[in-house]
Amino acid sequence: MTSSCATSRVASGYRSNVVTDVLSRTGVIRPDPKDSSPLRIDEALVRKMLVLFIRDETLKARLKRAVIGVSGGVDSAVSVALASHALGPENVLGLFTPYRHSSEESRRHARQVAEQFGFTLEEVPITAQVDAYFRSAPIDESDPKIRIRMGNKMARERKSIEYDRSWPDGLVIGTSNKTELLLGYGTQFGDMACAINPVGDLYKTQLRELALHLGIPDEIVRKPPTAELWVGQTDEDELGFTYADADLILYHMVDRRLRPSELIGAGFDAALVTKIREMVRKSHYKRVMPLIAKVSLRTVGHDFLYPRDWEAD
Amino acid sequence: MHATWIARAREAGARLVVFPELSLTGYYLKDLAADVACPADDKSLAPLAEASVAIDISAGFVERSADAKLHIAQGYWSKGKLVHVHRKVYLPTYGIFDDGRYFGPGDRFETFESVGGSAGVAICEDLWHVSTPYLYAAAGATLVLAPSASPGRGVAEGGDLGTAESCRLMDRFYAQYLTVYVVYVNRVGHEDGIAFWGGSEIVAPDGTVVARAPEFDEHLLVGEIDTDLVARERARNPLLRDERDDIVLRNVAGRLGLPLERRD
Repeated sequence: MTSSCATSRVASGYRSNVVTDVLSRTGVIRPDPKDSSPLRIDEALVRKMLVLFIRDETLKARLKRAVIGVSGGVDSAVSVALASHALGPENVLGLFTPYRHSSEESRRHARQVAEQFGFTLEEVPITAQVDAYFRSAPIDESDPKIRIRMGNKMARERKSIEYDRSWPDGLVIGTSNKTELLLGYGTQFGDMACAINPVGDLYKTQLRELALHLGIPDEIVRKPPTAELWVGQTDEDELGFTYADADLILYHMVDRRLRPSELIGAGFDAALVTKIREMVRKSHYKRVMPLIAKVSLRTVGHDFLYPRDWEAD
Repeated sequence: MHATWIARAREAGARLVVFPELSLTGYYLKDLAADVACPADDKSLAPLAEASVAIDISAGFVERSADAKLHIAQGYWSKGKLVHVHRKVYLPTYGIFDDGRYFGPGDRFETFESVGGSAGVAICEDLWHVSTPYLYAAAGATLVLAPSASPGRGVAEGGDLGTAESCRLMDRFYAQYLTVYVVYVNRVGHEDGIAFWGGSEIVAPDGTVVARAPEFDEHLLVGEIDTDLVARERARNPLLRDERDDIVLRNVAGRLGLPLERRD
């Protein structure tokens, strides 16, 4: 839209194969994962929208502070950068909550982001409480089941700290991106929990693009995403596909409403399309409010429907 | 809030101030709609009537009809009185919209005399239906007021917001091809995470943008309605003069199975 964003788009160099607006806007299906042009966003516009979102929704709730788990990764870096712009860095608290095998690199990146955007970063280790909880059972971190339980516990432990620190005048700002939300690649009531989420409608690929526009260091934007729930874990290894591939499929499947058969017909890998579609379907419970048995004349969440901003004037 | 902007509009020399859809209540009301509804002649709206002694006002509210239906309404106050109410006809219930769950539809498109000439009101989704501005223009309107609560969505594939591009396309198309002024007035701010994108604009019958407000920021947009320009454009481009309402009517009536006498 503006020349400044066009410049940053070129400067980012992240896009491997930029096509013209006219071509990409026809909605042509592109099975080439290297050509992520349909996902391209106007970074300056999106940044403005998200900053206003955080400001409006925080102030409407009559609160003024934001609390964000800052992991050293790109998602939380974007969320915390946006919140700092929206509310002023003096009103933003970042929490770096390492478990014992969290990496030094993550700590360095979290601090780097804090320094860059000027918010306060506190380190609150979670090793003691997580280990204390699991002491009752033998901890064998090579056992995938234990690893998942420990990962979930860590995610929920972190979130409970964020909520604690948000009281009495702050909101917990979410960091789950659209790819994670759709795949269900997150812990319910853990990293997925938040009061408001500025980045939940951006695919990972788009979020990286926005991150570069926000000036988040290249090193953070380009490193392999990881939840660091065990040593050496990376998202893409665990998922078995790349975000670039997944985003392109999800975009056409969700935003453009193409059926899996149409995607496969257009040349997308059939096994991958099927796998992603199943992940979306099987994780839907994570994206909705808990089910309430309806027995009265009017049920919370069903036909007792008020805007969340109800309390606002 | 309305009083402040009415005062600012007066200071700017405007003779008509138009507020967005449901400007007095907010848009995503859900069950709140019933709580904030009032009859069009309710005393809570009296300050608008009083203020309209000095400047014409178009503002949005939830109207409770005499038979207790709720409508998304846009009132027009002039010279101390409410002179016209349009009830939103097209209530979207797709995507992020659920108007039809909470409101009843209006059933008419009536023109009225405004300070800017014969006018019709198209509330948000009304404008997306081609027949709405067509019916107004066919009935003699030279001004379409389009108060909206349009969410800004569609950031993928570069470029501007998908909704913004669509709205600008509509405004320009209707203005130029119906040779009317389109006054598009959109909300800004957030409700439940939905961003209203602003970008209000006044588009002239020759398709030029008289004035356009910034996106996402509150703004008093002032522009001139030149009734002479309507005449000039209609002389140059007499599409409306040549419009065949009778053929439209016969086509529609025929499709609906309504008996109409043939005139040929």
